[in-house]
Amino acid sequence: MAASPQAPLLEPGQTYGSVTDKISGIVLTKNTPITWFIIFTCAFALLMMMLGSISWLLIKGIGVWGVNIPVGWGFAIVNFVWWIGIGHAGTLISAILFLLHQTWRNSINRFAEAMTLFAVACAGLFPLLHVGRPWRAYWLFPYPNTMSMWPQFRSPLMWDVFAVSTYATVSALFWFVGLVPDVAAMRDRAKNPIAQRFYGILAMGWRNSAKHWNVHDTASLLLAGLATPLVLSVHSVVSFDFAISIVPGWHTTIFPPYFVAGAIYSGFAMVLTLMIPFRKLYHMEALITERHIDNMAKVMLATGLMVAYGYLMEAILCWYNGSQYEVGMFFSRIKGPYWPAYWALILCNIVIPQVLWWKKNRLNTLVLWGVSIVVNIGMWLERFVIVVISLHRDFVPSSWGIYHPTFWDLSLFIGTMGFFLTLLFLFIRFIPAISIFETRHLLHESEHHKDGVHGS
Amino acid sequence: MNDTFEPSTNFKELPILKKPEEKVYWRSMDELADSAEFRTYLETEFPSKHDTWLDPVSRRDFLKVMGASLGLMMFTACRRPLEKIFPVNEAPENQIPGKPVFYATALAFGGLAQGVIVETHEGRPTKIEGNPAHPDSLGATDVFTQAAILDMYDPDRSQSVVHRGVVSSLDSFVRALTPELAVQKQTQGASFRIVSEVTSSPSLLAQRAAFLKAYPKAQWIQYEPLGRYNALQGAKLAFGDFLEARLNVEKADVIVSLDSNFLDEGPAKLRYAREFAAGRQLTDGRTTMNRLYVVEPCPSITGSTADHRLALRASDIESFARELARALNVSDVAAGGALSPEARKWVNVVAADLSRSRGSSLIVAGDEQPPVVHALAHAMNQALGNAGRTVSYASSPVAESATGWQDMQQLVKDMEEKRVDLLLFVGGNPIYDLPVDVELARYMNRVQFVARLGLHENETSNLSHWHVPQAHALESWNDVRALDGTITIAQPMIEPLYGGKTPQEFIALVLENAHSAHDLLKDYWKKESRVALFDSFWQQSLHDGIVSHTALATHQPNVRSGFAKEFSAIKGDVEIVFRPDPTIWDGRFANNAWLQELPKPISKLTWDNAAYLSPAMAKRLNVENGDLVSLNYKGRTLDVPVWITPGHADQSLSITLGYGRTKAGRVGDQHGFNAYMLRTSDAPYFDGGLTVTKKGGSYKLVATQTHHSMEGREIVRAATLAEYKSDPKFSYRKTDWPEESETLYDTAPKLDEETGWGLTIDMNGCTGCNACIIACQSENNISTVGKDQVSRGREMHWIRVDNYFEGSTDNPEMLHQPVTCMHCENAPCEPVCPVGATSHTAEGLNQMVYNRCVGTRYCSNNCPYKVRRYNFFQYADDSTEQFKFMRNPDVTVRSRGVMEKCTYCVQRIQEVKIEAMKTDREIKDGEIMTACQSACPTRVITFGNIRDKKSRVAQLKNEPRNYAMLGDLGVRPRTTYLAKVRNVNPEI
Repeated sequence: MAASPQAPLLEPGQTYGSVTDKISGIVLTKNTPITWFIIFTCAFALLMMMLGSISWLLIKGIGVWGVNIPVGWGFAIVNFVWWIGIGHAGTLISAILFLLHQTWRNSINRFAEAMTLFAVACAGLFPLLHVGRPWRAYWLFPYPNTMSMWPQFRSPLMWDVFAVSTYATVSALFWFVGLVPDVAAMRDRAKNPIAQRFYGILAMGWRNSAKHWNVHDTASLLLAGLATPLVLSVHSVVSFDFAISIVPGWHTTIFPPYFVAGAIYSGFAMVLTLMIPFRKLYHMEALITERHIDNMAKVMLATGLMVAYGYLMEAILCWYNGSQYEVGMFFSRIKGPYWPAYWALILCNIVIPQVLWWKKNRLNTLVLWGVSIVVNIGMWLERFVIVVISLHRDFVPSSWGIYHPTFWDLSLFIGTMGFFLTLLFLFIRFIPAISIFETRHLLHESEHHKDGVHGS
Repeated sequence: MNDTFEPSTNFKELPILKKPEEKVYWRSMDELADSAEFRTYLETEFPSKHDTWLDPVSRRDFLKVMGASLGLMMFTACRRPLEKIFPVNEAPENQIPGKPVFYATALAFGGLAQGVIVETHEGRPTKIEGNPAHPDSLGATDVFTQAAILDMYDPDRSQSVVHRGVVSSLDSFVRALTPELAVQKQTQGASFRIVSEVTSSPSLLAQRAAFLKAYPKAQWIQYEPLGRYNALQGAKLAFGDFLEARLNVEKADVIVSLDSNFLDEGPAKLRYAREFAAGRQLTDGRTTMNRLYVVEPCPSITGSTADHRLALRASDIESFARELARALNVSDVAAGGALSPEARKWVNVVAADLSRSRGSSLIVAGDEQPPVVHALAHAMNQALGNAGRTVSYASSPVAESATGWQDMQQLVKDMEEKRVDLLLFVGGNPIYDLPVDVELARYMNRVQFVARLGLHENETSNLSHWHVPQAHALESWNDVRALDGTITIAQPMIEPLYGGKTPQEFIALVLENAHSAHDLLKDYWKKESRVALFDSFWQQSLHDGIVSHTALATHQPNVRSGFAKEFSAIKGDVEIVFRPDPTIWDGRFANNAWLQELPKPISKLTWDNAAYLSPAMAKRLNVENGDLVSLNYKGRTLDVPVWITPGHADQSLSITLGYGRTKAGRVGDQHGFNAYMLRTSDAPYFDGGLTVTKKGGSYKLVATQTHHSMEGREIVRAATLAEYKSDPKFSYRKTDWPEESETLYDTAPKLDEETGWGLTIDMNGCTGCNACIIACQSENNISTVGKDQVSRGREMHWIRVDNYFEGSTDNPEMLHQPVTCMHCENAPCEPVCPVGATSHTAEGLNQMVYNRCVGTRYCSNNCPYKVRRYNFFQYADDSTEQFKFMRNPDVTVRSRGVMEKCTYCVQRIQEVKIEAMKTDREIKDGEIMTACQSACPTRVITFGNIRDKKSRVAQLKNEPRNYAMLGDLGVRPRTTYLAKVRNVNPEI
């Protein structure tokens, strides 16, 4: 790897002790910042709204949403794909960058992984709730039963079940394994007996022995190996939900790579959206440095360009294959009833992120934060464009329809944001949000290799 | 074998009973010791067991005594008669549980019959089919007849006699009526009036005669808001008598409709539609077809089916008719008003075409046109030598109703002047549907005694003193004539649900000759039939659904001249046109949810009416669909939303009657706008002098189809007759029929080689009448969802009729296309279902397994035809008792969260398959008919086994016009279409 002079990954003057103090201090402090309480309260209120929305949905039926015939899938699937996509940055940071020895990831991976987990939790709600009879949703799992009925293995929704459940399991394991040494440190530092118990149980008897470290490293490596293909496979499988069908606008072979790039794009955008305020709030500039911010902005720029290529290819292939249905679909995107959604998507995902070509913008956290939010919106719109615009006008013009989300669509979507933030803020409050041992590792390395880059 | 293993029948040998006093089991040392303390403990611990355990009469003893008592009781019951008797060990005749029984009967509409065959399950009517033997059904049905089953089970029907809003009894009613009748007898009924709906029933008309004999000065008025008064008066004008023109559409090569919707309105519409379609069949190598010209203001089913359609204001139709008559050399016809250049060109071209087809042409005038247009049509038919060939005449079965329109005006005048004391309504709803200037409601309180017999407690019942529940036609004994006079003796399918009375029974009360409807009818026919073997006559008539040889004789009357000498033009720039509603007619079906939710044939609106106007007029008014306008006509104002209708005549605004009901029931109230509020007695159907102003604001109108352009896609394929002749395979595309391709998956199960179900729809005959939709709804227990849900795109119809416009917006071509499930051999819906709830049978049915469906809706997304329907809520009403009776027991009622769709009526397939299997025979071609097929008036839907090369459906699939909609997707649909051909006159 080229060793060019780069900004340090840790600010100078950090010691093992200061790193541990700084990170564990967030959790073990008795003075939780008032901001935490304010945000947590809002998030919790939104979570309650989500529960209300789900209850109403279960009482009345799918009809409380705006879906119809022809638009059989609406917000639920849009949100599902969006949340799953957001999770991807976490896995990418923790697994692929781990395997590639990109040590700069060390101070952000815990946070990103947690985000993955919570995003998958939010995403997982939607497929369950969007079926008409959620109490029968377990039929999607292959289990031996007296009906002698198996799920239909040809259906991409079936593959989704495996893809998402595997993803959730591996992410949770990876996250937890990485957490063990840190919670052991917390256990040792905690003064409150309840906290000691809590962290003690989570630490699973970690004693910092060399043997433990050896096993831990192997386990991390193996899990990273397991998680790596998932980064590519999960969103590929999610894209099959669309690509396998015959709906114009869905039936597209470019979808798997295009979805993966989009997922990483939106994932990094979400990491930045959350990490920039977190960094500010907890004064973590020393551990999450400009270098991290800069790197993440670059990844965003790169994946954004891949996504732009995807949009371009969709348009070109519509023209190239000449199918009247595909052409009709493309025109319904650019000038149909939902044209603002398409053009807003182009603006958010392609036009605005180009400001990241300039380093000045990448290092200006306010600008970057704005761009990351814009990309989040843009990526949500991309899924809306794919799901709703493709469905609302397909083959037979007599059946063309229109889709309007209802209050319950919106309340569930916003509610899952509350769910996500609630989990995230509980995480920040009770678990070291930055990996202590990996940051110390980073410190160790930066002391021994002054350029801060680990050659591979 | 060891003896000890033999089962013992002697209880005493059972070891446990051998020594009952010996205690074998014990739970504690205390129990074993059986100490006093233990007994006390036991009593307190199990107080409920205490008695049984300690009571000397134990449970065992009690059972012994009970057994003995039962034995004694049985002895007392054993009083068999000594003679030999026969047990009922067989079910009642014709009743096998689970097997439907079919009965012929008839439903009257506008007084005339549509013969039907009703499917009943264990005494519950569930489905109505046409009676092939009946001249005005020929086996088909219309939407109203199909929906009658829901009318009968309507939970909002009146269920008891009501006196001034309080539940009463029939006895009380009779007690109240008797003194009134006594008073009337003294004055020969001078202030006695009966208002009934139009009827052709010989027995009721006999009662009418008897009534008028008993009360010579009384009156019996037959009134319906959309009665065919114009047609009858027109015949009177032309022939001097109330005659009916009977069309023979099949023999006509050139047909001209002067604002006549004869394919969808009128008593013989089903027959006419059948004959019309037969006259344009291009199958089996035929290359000739009839040509239909329609001149009309507002696009109708007939107009949309026409080869040429001229949008002309209703007020100009008479001028057009006059010009046409003059061009055909009918004498004594004064010229009409000025016509547009296009209309003048039409007159010449049509006259020339008619003259080329003397004796095989036909001119039909619409019931909404004034009598003189009818008379002109008769004169033109006579001039063209069509009389006796394509049209014949006979006296009208409803001739006695011809003056009803004027009679009602007289009645109200009499009421105003207090000359009416006793007023009886037999059905009908004049308070709601009389012209607004005939102020019946205002003078109701000047009548001492008003009673109404009716199905619903409606607006008129509300202003009457007494309301008596009427028996529905499916609950009634009745006799009713077809247009040609053929009589059907209608039999009840079920005992009246709420003890309703038939009109005959009600009038019998008036005649103080109370009998059951059955006895009244049978007595009447005993006298009338004059046959030796009355019982076999009766049985045969009931069995067949028609009384043979009762058609009225036709004759050849001569058209009088001079009836059209004077012409007075209708003044005013903008005209208002009142039309019957295509789904709820005059408002009588307002409470029928099937009909309310049935899309109007052209606009596809549901649950409302609207003011239809041309795109040009909408542009001038600067209004869009749903925008409210104020209609100002004769000093009255009505605010209605507009619906822009391509093909509507300009400077003309039409509105359908029947909406805006206030006492229809839970379904029908407060939908749409009451056009009767503008309708006056002197201009019942159209008039000039309307001012339309944009009001501001809008109203939510809901249509099931919002996009009427095909976007250049070959969804409906059509050509002219000339094009068809030069290239019969004009609709063929090689890409529609891809070869069966290699697949990684075994298409399990393999498609059967001998049986494969398929369907064809011949677009050449489809008029878009919607009968198939309601037939399917009735057969398959399809729910209605209400206006709000339709507005969200959630209607549930398994078969829909799409409507496309092509060409200019002023006068576009209209194309109707019924769309069922295509049962694709390579169905896109199947592989995407994660739980395998939709799968394929070997016979080619794409089937839905409702109880497996979890409701992902993926199948619907992936269905290119969008024929799948989803239960977004619990749409099926599973609590109303009446609806439980109504449903087809052979079809599952779907619940919330489940996908559903057309099954090709799999229950009917199975029924026939089982019957065939029982007797080990082949299934005959045409033996299985889907519900849509059997209802179709034009017989354009054909179902059958496509593997049997001799079957009709297989032959039709070999027709050159056969094409697969969206066939290029490679889905291999089993439903295919025969492309439409128009017989275009190159001179237009």
